[in-house]
Amino acid sequence: MVAKNGDPIRTMRSPLGRVRGLGAARSGVAHWWAQRLTALALVPLSLWFIGSIIALAGADQAAAAHWAGHTVNAVLLLCLVLATFYHMQLGLQVVIEDYIHTEPSRLAALLATKSVVMLLALAALISVLRLAL
Amino acid sequence: MQDAREALMVQRRSDGTVTRRPLSPHLQVYRPQITSVLSVLHRATGIALAAGTLLLVAWLVAAASSPAAYRGVAGFVGSPFGLLLLFGWSVALIYHLLNGIRHLAWDVGLGFEKGEYRRSGRAVVIGTGALTVVVWLVGLIAW
Repeated sequence: MVAKNGDPIRTMRSPLGRVRGLGAARSGVAHWWAQRLTALALVPLSLWFIGSIIALAGADQAAAAHWAGHTVNAVLLLCLVLATFYHMQLGLQVVIEDYIHTEPSRLAALLATKSVVMLLALAALISVLRLAL
Repeated sequence: MQDAREALMVQRRSDGTVTRRPLSPHLQVYRPQITSVLSVLHRATGIALAAGTLLLVAWLVAAASSPAAYRGVAGFVGSPFGLLLLFGWSVALIYHLLNGIRHLAWDVGLGFEKGEYRRSGRAVVIGTGALTVVVWLVGLIAW
């Protein structure tokens, strides 16, 4: 096979397979990309969060609520919660798919994990919004 | 047979009896190396951090609820067992963060030479120790 500019195409994949971009797993690279992008976002967000909880060490509820209610902190907290739980769901999914091989228990474990992650994420998001609004 | 792949796992001896074919060597067969140990640790700390998000959620929900609820969570975190959990959570987070940056570098094709991934592995271990000490020193002084 030769590309338009005359170079040979160095790939074993058919042109249709390449255009579809789904790969051997038939689900594409969306999972991989999402895991990397959330990881990238979590680098500065985690550092900011570690610094913030050090600054809040020993604070009472009023001080913590005042801090989380500040618009900048609330926005960053929402980003942190969304990226953390998305990244966590993707990671736990890979672990489950690696170690649970029978289809019914795998599906059950995946659905249970996603449900718990969603509930935790919503509880965290609602709490931040209550403090910020 | 639970799985069609089981058919590949059984064979007959020359006397006709059925036996399981040997599996390829697994984790316990190999000598632990910095690369494999750090890889296992990355997954282990990831799972631990997933459990640790319960603490994050409890803290945010308490802050949004009432001073009494917040005192409850803060009291638990400040207890000896709570501090142990918080310490474990901080080590896991710092390790997963630093080793995650190592993974992101690999994703763009950097650091794959034999010497490089050993060095970056050692840097992650030393960095985790150093950053944990700094975080706790600053945290305990601020507290």
